[in-house]
Amino acid sequence: MSKVRVLVGTRKGAFVLASDGKREQWEVSGPHFAGWELYHLKGSPVDPNRLYASQSSGWFGQQIQRSNDGGKTWEPVGNKFVYDGVPGTHQWYDGTPHPWEFKRVWHLEPSLTDPDTVYAGVEDAALFRSTDGGQTWQELAGLREHGTGPHWQPGAGGLCLHTIILDSSDPQRMFIAISAAGAFRTDDGGQTWKPINRGLRSVYIPDPTAEVGHCVHHVAMHPSRPKVLFMQKHWEVMRSDDAGDSWRDVSGNLPGDQVIHPGKDGTTRKFDLKGFGFVIDVHAHEPETIYVVPIKSDSQHFPPEGKLRVYRSRTGGNEWEPLSNGLPQSNCYVNVLRDAMAVDSLDRCGVYFGTTGGQVYASPDAGDTWAPIVRDLPPVLSVEAQTLP
Amino acid sequence: MIRVVLPAHLRTLARVEGEVTLEIQGPITQRSVLDALEARYPMLQGTLRDHVTQKRRPFVRFFACEEDLSHTPPDAALPDAVASGAEPFLVVGAIAGG
Repeated sequence: MSKVRVLVGTRKGAFVLASDGKREQWEVSGPHFAGWELYHLKGSPVDPNRLYASQSSGWFGQQIQRSNDGGKTWEPVGNKFVYDGVPGTHQWYDGTPHPWEFKRVWHLEPSLTDPDTVYAGVEDAALFRSTDGGQTWQELAGLREHGTGPHWQPGAGGLCLHTIILDSSDPQRMFIAISAAGAFRTDDGGQTWKPINRGLRSVYIPDPTAEVGHCVHHVAMHPSRPKVLFMQKHWEVMRSDDAGDSWRDVSGNLPGDQVIHPGKDGTTRKFDLKGFGFVIDVHAHEPETIYVVPIKSDSQHFPPEGKLRVYRSRTGGNEWEPLSNGLPQSNCYVNVLRDAMAVDSLDRCGVYFGTTGGQVYASPDAGDTWAPIVRDLPPVLSVEAQTLP
Repeated sequence: MIRVVLPAHLRTLARVEGEVTLEIQGPITQRSVLDALEARYPMLQGTLRDHVTQKRRPFVRFFACEEDLSHTPPDAALPDAVASGAEPFLVVGAIAGG
């Protein structure tokens, strides 16, 4: 019977959760790297026992850890992330130029074909690649230097490159997303990049349809449909059917917020915005089935009405159903951060997410029912699922 | 012999227990001690000093002989008691966070 391994990064260490295909009984190992922030862990698709982990600390900086045995043992590898050339400036929160400074690795994306190749999305936003199992890192500087970089501005969490999507049908194509710059695509293996934000509308920035400046929280793709992208923007869930060249709002009946925003003429304007949240993911076998966790507005960051609900669309957006069976439906005020949802690829797709309250929930039936695997971890930063033979 | 005391997180990272001892030829300075430390434990590179600028990380402090040496120039001689091994060179994670 197949097995599932769930890799959990938290504010105070990493945890590895393991179960058989029933996904009822779980073994918990950890904390690994106790006391350090683990922004992300992920396994190689071609060698599931090869894991990479981003370990960081406000005191001692960044480490990359590598495991060759599925997380039983780890070894530190290279942690030298140096921007290519003179990195210049991006915008600070107040709009003034601010020098590019490396802070941490937000996301690690192992290659689809080579266990020694792995990509790292970092803060301040840039993309790095290692081809020697994480020992050395080189920036793919064409992203940061393609032209709009000086206009990028950090979101509340920093100027972070948090999403990296590799296209199994085209090794030269890659998608990334940055808060708060937007989404970008390369079609030549990372040499050149272009913003792919047409159709995004963010009423809370000076130019709501700007080429860059959108607070994209996460993007997901089903490997069988590489031109179809689903985006959880600050508010709104968006969909692209042309590899990001254009986007449309598929928030549909998701919960929303009324937002009051000052207009340029000194008046105030009200907007009804839907679907604020961070995570988004796609069912392993149904490319039109997607999951989000709506969160109440950008100033509260907890579930509407204190009810933790995953919303599922089986129609690729627009029509959403709340999933609450097994999730707390009163007095729940946690958040679910952008990398904290994952799916397994067992016949009955499992869905997993972690909360800032330290719970990791699992659904063995594609979201119909949920149960906590663990309840009291440190705040969860990331969740990844591996399906093992 | 130079004695170095690391904070707990860095002892775990370097997989050492207790003090680290280093043999250093030439002047005993912050730079020579940290160079020797990083040469023996490469995983500590970047944890104490920035990879590029070699400046001390903001929340890392250096103490010895009841003195805060964090702001002394990296090529200044460390106290004789450190050079002789009578006193350890202390790497401290700043108390912060509340």
